[in-house]
Amino acid sequence: MNKIAERLYNGLVKENPTFVLMLGMCPTLAVTTSAVNGLGMGLTTTVILALSNAMIAALRKIIPNGVRMPAFIVVVASFVTIVQFLLQGYVPALYESLGIYIPLIVVNCIILGRAEAYASMNPVIPSFFDGLGMGLGFTVGLTCIGIVRELVGAGKAFGARVMPDAYEPMTIFILAPGAFLVLSMLTALQNRVKRRMEMKGQETKIGTGCTGSCASCHESCGKGGEA
Amino acid sequence: MSGLLNVSSNPHIRSHDTTSRIMLLVVLALLPASVFGVYHFGINALVTILVSVTSCVLTEYVYEKLMHRNITVGDFSAAVTGLLLALNLPATVPWWIPVIGGVFAILVVKQLFGGIGQNFMNPALGARCFLLISFAGRMTDFTYDGISGATPLTALKMGEPVNLMDMFLGNKTGSIGEVSVLAVLIGAVILLLAGVIDLRIPGTYLLSFLFFILVFGGHGADPEYLLGQLFGGGLMLGAFFMATDYVTTPITKHGQLVYGCILGILTGIFRVYGNSAAGVSYAIIFGNLLVPLIEKMTLPRAFGKGGKKA
Repeated sequence: MNKIAERLYNGLVKENPTFVLMLGMCPTLAVTTSAVNGLGMGLTTTVILALSNAMIAALRKIIPNGVRMPAFIVVVASFVTIVQFLLQGYVPALYESLGIYIPLIVVNCIILGRAEAYASMNPVIPSFFDGLGMGLGFTVGLTCIGIVRELVGAGKAFGARVMPDAYEPMTIFILAPGAFLVLSMLTALQNRVKRRMEMKGQETKIGTGCTGSCASCHESCGKGGEA
Repeated sequence: MSGLLNVSSNPHIRSHDTTSRIMLLVVLALLPASVFGVYHFGINALVTILVSVTSCVLTEYVYEKLMHRNITVGDFSAAVTGLLLALNLPATVPWWIPVIGGVFAILVVKQLFGGIGQNFMNPALGARCFLLISFAGRMTDFTYDGISGATPLTALKMGEPVNLMDMFLGNKTGSIGEVSVLAVLIGAVILLLAGVIDLRIPGTYLLSFLFFILVFGGHGADPEYLLGQLFGGGLMLGAFFMATDYVTTPITKHGQLVYGCILGILTGIFRVYGNSAAGVSYAIIFGNLLVPLIEKMTLPRAFGKGGKKA
């Protein structure tokens, strides 16, 4: 149980893929024009991430080391295809607005990164929750960016007008430059909040130079995976 | 005799140039264009200028106060940014547009990158483009004498005739500071005489732009078209006041020539092939981003260091 909570905290706070690891920047910048899009993209990725992590963890002793990347891709692509059909069938509006970024989840570096760094050397249950935590961290990141961009750039939140009529939307925030501006501001805010938390003695940082991947690491931190 | 043996530590040569002196000279040089803008567009232009300057200076003061940095309001650089920003806005904008622009220019473009001397692009132009993308309608609402009309540059692009004398003197629509080429040129002469700027960047900028327009403009050597392009839009204001900003231009002499040429070509491309008739601000901030590369390319090699292959 403790391990599960640790994995979720890790994905949401310590190694938040959006604000700390800066992974998956392509969908982060491209689809967060509205809060709904950000949330939809985040949840879609979460489902795929958790399932593929679990599957890869289950197969980790069968997959030969030399061909592990193609094997991971096959697993991820299968789940992406399933989810893509489900979205197309049940939420066509979201399917339309996410467009090409759904099939592109196959090559999302968070998913391959977690497969390589965690799922390929840990048991099924922690791997599933690692994927879930990372996915939720990604969802929180994307939704936050989406809310800010939609609020400032269109005066809306989740599609409903919330700003007073006199407010004139600043279009730049739903265009590409706005994505970079909001991402950088939220990352700065996040760093500040974490610094405050650290002053109170809470552990929020990953170890020095630790990328989460023990396979490519030469330091002995004593808390990594089994590799 | 003892005067010759005066021992002192370096620096031995001092210049009387200070940031505030240069900035005050720039303000002085911008006065003709500002005064003409206010005379031409009326009280709203004055309000826009005052709001913009106040917004920039206040943002700088509040940020530096909150971050416990040295207060650099006294060097007038924020005031110059505010003035330049206002001169790049139409006189019809509501008061909150220069406020947002001023905050963006100083906070995001200047202070977040380290304050004066560290900004990666011209703050006033960065803010102008930010506003242009955000409020496209309001930023291109050029009303003059109660008539909302196209700027001469747009007319030129549509192939309509323009009155060159009106364009030169300032009897046209446009942003507050760009309407009178004459007023801008008076300011440019002040800066040139005071030694604040030299002709290297504006000269190559205007010449390469003229050359580009001559070859690719599609009107050949038609003097009306060529002069119209030179007098239209923010070209003169940009070439003399914004492309010569010390912080965002190359410091090497060859680099400045390269930079001027790049600006001229970019402005030409934007004006001839772009959707919009104007392109000076985008060309300059684009050029700003290339400055580190240009400087790396044109850095003079110290004598004796490295061979030809290095």
